[in-house]
Amino acid sequence: MDNKNKFHDNLIVSSAPHIVSDTDTTRVMATVIVALLPALCVGIYVFGIRVLALAIACMLSSSFFEWGYNRLLKRPQTVGDLSAALTGLLIAMNVPSTLPIWMGVVGSFVAIVIVKQLYGGIGRNFVNPAITGRIVLFISFASEMSTWPVPKMADTDALTGPTPLGHLAAKEFEKLPSNLDMFLGFIGGSVGEVSAIALIIGGLFLVWKKIISPVIPCAFIGTVFVLTLIYYSANPASGHNAFSMALFHILAGGVMLGAIFMATDYVTTPKLTSGQIIFGIGCGLITVVIRLWASYPEGVSFSILLMNICTPLINRVTFKRYIKGGAK
Amino acid sequence: MSQGKHLPSIHVKHHKNTANVETAIMPIPDVVKIDMSQSIGAPCKPLVQKGDKVKVGQKIGDTDAFVSAPVHSSVSGTVKDIIQVTGNMGRPETLVVIETDKNQEVSEEVKPPKADTFEEFIAGVRASGVVGLGGASFPTHIKLNPKNLEECDTLIVNGAECEPFITADNRIMVEDGQIVASGMRLIMDHLNLKHGYIGIEDNKPDAIENMKKIFENNGYTDMSVFPLPSSYPKGAERVLLYEITGKTMDAGVLPADLGVILDNVTTVAAIAEYFNTGMPLVRRRVTVDGDAVKEPKNVFVPVGTQVADVAEFCGGYKREPKKIILGGPMMGRAINSDSVPTMKNTGSILLFGNEAAQVKEETACINCGRCHTACPFGLMPMIFAEAYERKDADRLNDFRIMQCMSCGSCSYVCPARRPLSFTNTLAKSFVKGAAK
Repeated sequence: MDNKNKFHDNLIVSSAPHIVSDTDTTRVMATVIVALLPALCVGIYVFGIRVLALAIACMLSSSFFEWGYNRLLKRPQTVGDLSAALTGLLIAMNVPSTLPIWMGVVGSFVAIVIVKQLYGGIGRNFVNPAITGRIVLFISFASEMSTWPVPKMADTDALTGPTPLGHLAAKEFEKLPSNLDMFLGFIGGSVGEVSAIALIIGGLFLVWKKIISPVIPCAFIGTVFVLTLIYYSANPASGHNAFSMALFHILAGGVMLGAIFMATDYVTTPKLTSGQIIFGIGCGLITVVIRLWASYPEGVSFSILLMNICTPLINRVTFKRYIKGGAK
Repeated sequence: MSQGKHLPSIHVKHHKNTANVETAIMPIPDVVKIDMSQSIGAPCKPLVQKGDKVKVGQKIGDTDAFVSAPVHSSVSGTVKDIIQVTGNMGRPETLVVIETDKNQEVSEEVKPPKADTFEEFIAGVRASGVVGLGGASFPTHIKLNPKNLEECDTLIVNGAECEPFITADNRIMVEDGQIVASGMRLIMDHLNLKHGYIGIEDNKPDAIENMKKIFENNGYTDMSVFPLPSSYPKGAERVLLYEITGKTMDAGVLPADLGVILDNVTTVAAIAEYFNTGMPLVRRRVTVDGDAVKEPKNVFVPVGTQVADVAEFCGGYKREPKKIILGGPMMGRAINSDSVPTMKNTGSILLFGNEAAQVKEETACINCGRCHTACPFGLMPMIFAEAYERKDADRLNDFRIMQCMSCGSCSYVCPARRPLSFTNTLAKSFVKGAAK
């Protein structure tokens, strides 16, 4: 227009807003990985340095599958968003420390290629990749996936032994570890699930960083606690009161890991708060039913998988209420 | 009045770099280009012709349309040309180009108006050319004259200034608080309103203190300062009204329907200015900031000044500007040239050089739900995006698309950098079209 205006038609014209928050997908995933580190450290402390090798192998192989699939199909490269690395880490957290590395790689393949990429990649999978990977491993390699190394600090010569939930399933109430040991993580189990305190620290960090909302973890853990409290009030376990058994159930097995890190996966959980409450309660209910009445000692993975499948239905029901203006 | 409940909001870095910089007066530029479409209503027809001499405050554009406001010359000089351009919103616009003589000779039309009756007051507000200066540009004389005036009892003045970077409203409250208060007095007296509130975010303690002091010194016991939490978008009309009165205001509802008259603080001051001096709205405070300008500051800018002239007064460009925004970074619009003139509603000019100007690459939605939790009205932009893609007007309506006010919060928080707010805007016009 005027000659003195140097900057004409060479400016970026885009829609508002012109600024965005610092939190992008990569930062979200990296923050969750950081939040898992305390539990990983306890895992290394309790089961030895092999845990680290397993975690790195799963993270690298998951990332490799993500990279390779995108490359093969000429899709935009998403390995940099760290979601695949996070899935790999979660798989490693959900298996015994003695699991052969190659099995971990198989789990990563199932999680990344079959569960995630075949359905369209990040944001499109309808079930949690890490949980599904773990379940496939559990069913395919039943013996390796249920051979539990004893913690280094255990007062025994045995190399492997039952987890606390294994003792429970065998009704060996006298062999249950103290709730303090379970809180700290000096028990047998999967690499990342043993230490409740480390997982809670990670969870609080995620809530503080506004990466997750506490709704699902609270509903999940709360439901497990309340239902087992009612159960043991009616069917006392010898030598333990109902309250300490309810506490045992929320500290044992994968409840903390599952509730804080797996049941809060964005993609596979309901969008509205009301739906998230239903999801959390459903997870807790299925976990308790499997633990108390089914033939498996532990039911967290199955409960999350089943509720993942229910998520579209939960969304539909809660959206109906939302549309009517009943929910915010 | 304090109801203590808040709508969801987001934390955006404030960047109020110029909050303590006193407003400077810039020299009159060689040329101004005054847009005839300064209000959200009908554009004005030029009342001058090429070659005419004009003076400061002289009416140079008007129309008979109801929703409209006249336009005045901000300078004295000669009309060099009247040109048609395609405005930034894609509509044809008429600009009156005036070559200034730098004498700033004041027009004979400029004299304090009579305001003895309500009708005279409203006529005066129209004659002042004042429109919503917070950005909406709605003609103020219409806003001050609702059908149900007798049901209105409250004036809310919007001094929230929740957009990052902008400090022009802060400066008006700190430097010219008395004018703001006398504007409130005028409106409250003529409209017979019992309560007056000025909502100010608590990141502007000087403004809060000053307005409190001025209300006290004047004995305006019916006015008070309402401090707001400093989070975005507290200055949005519907959000501010909720924060102060606790009343939920749906889209399409006017504040007057809830018994409230709501105006921006600069708007109120402009009305007072006109009734005190007779000078219509021909200049305003503008915040100039961004990493591409040498000296960020607040400037009194004559309406129609080209962005390049304002930038030159602020020390010039520090680096090549990549993006220039009129208004705030959350809701302002990016312009394509630094020859674009400022408007009455231009509260800030932001000039960005490098990173800040870049549009971030969009990635896949991870269903995190941040857009939903960030929305002041609890809307679900992820559903809108999906429904708009399928052109599903029913689903868009079911999920209340028309409640969206395009505040930009959803796009701001989206970790996948999806332009959700823009999609909402597209979806709204799609739904409007589908209804026809």
